[in-house]
Amino acid sequence: MSFSIKKQGEVVVVDVEGQLIVGNRQELKQKVLDELEKGEKKFLIDFSQTGYIDSSGLGVLVSLSKKIREQGGELRLANLNDDLQTLFELTKLDTLFQISDTRERALESF
Amino acid sequence: MAKSRVAFDLQIPSDVEYIEGVVELARQRCRELKISPAKCSLNIPVALSEALSNAILRGNEATGGKQVRVRAIISDTDLVFEVVDDGPGFNVDECTLDCTTEENLTKEEGRGLFLMRQLMDRVESFRDKGNVVRLTLYRE
Repeated sequence: MSFSIKKQGEVVVVDVEGQLIVGNRQELKQKVLDELEKGEKKFLIDFSQTGYIDSSGLGVLVSLSKKIREQGGELRLANLNDDLQTLFELTKLDTLFQISDTRERALESF
Repeated sequence: MAKSRVAFDLQIPSDVEYIEGVVELARQRCRELKISPAKCSLNIPVALSEALSNAILRGNEATGGKQVRVRAIISDTDLVFEVVDDGPGFNVDECTLDCTTEENLTKEEGRGLFLMRQLMDRVESFRDKGNVVRLTLYRE
């Protein structure tokens, strides 16, 4: 499991490879907060290479979304597979985040 | 009564770093048993991961040196996972928050038990040489 970060235009894109769970959520949080501190405002997390997410992982997404919004920025999500979509629907987090089917659509939406 | 057998029975150190390995083992066993792909990729990994992290972080209070026991029992009709920690136990109904309400939706925590109950057919907590959380998922 790992997180890779790259810049596409004005958007910081984070790929979550593997699981987003209690054991690694802090690593994701810190990486995104570091970028926020550098002044970045637009964030996209791409889940195309993600297995499953637990409640801690979902919690980190909620927390990051709040922190980014407080700084005048925005966090968007892309490429949820069917299982992840179900997870977001069960927890109603699909109503809290702007979620796109593809990375391209998400990038265009900013 | 349906025959059951133990698919695995492990003691792991009370450390969240061990969760992913246990979950992968559970998924592998479930795939071998031809459990439906959605249950192997969503219900089982998320619910078991929640039960293990609860045991490690809350039951054992993230204290080093403690252990968590995890057992998988399989029958023709269902899959049962039992996670045992040293904690005092808890009431599943009283501790489950509805994380979908407007008030709770934006909270960072409080989705673990909710998810376990949504993804499993039954979630129980009881005392038996430690605090046991038992997750039951019907095979059909």
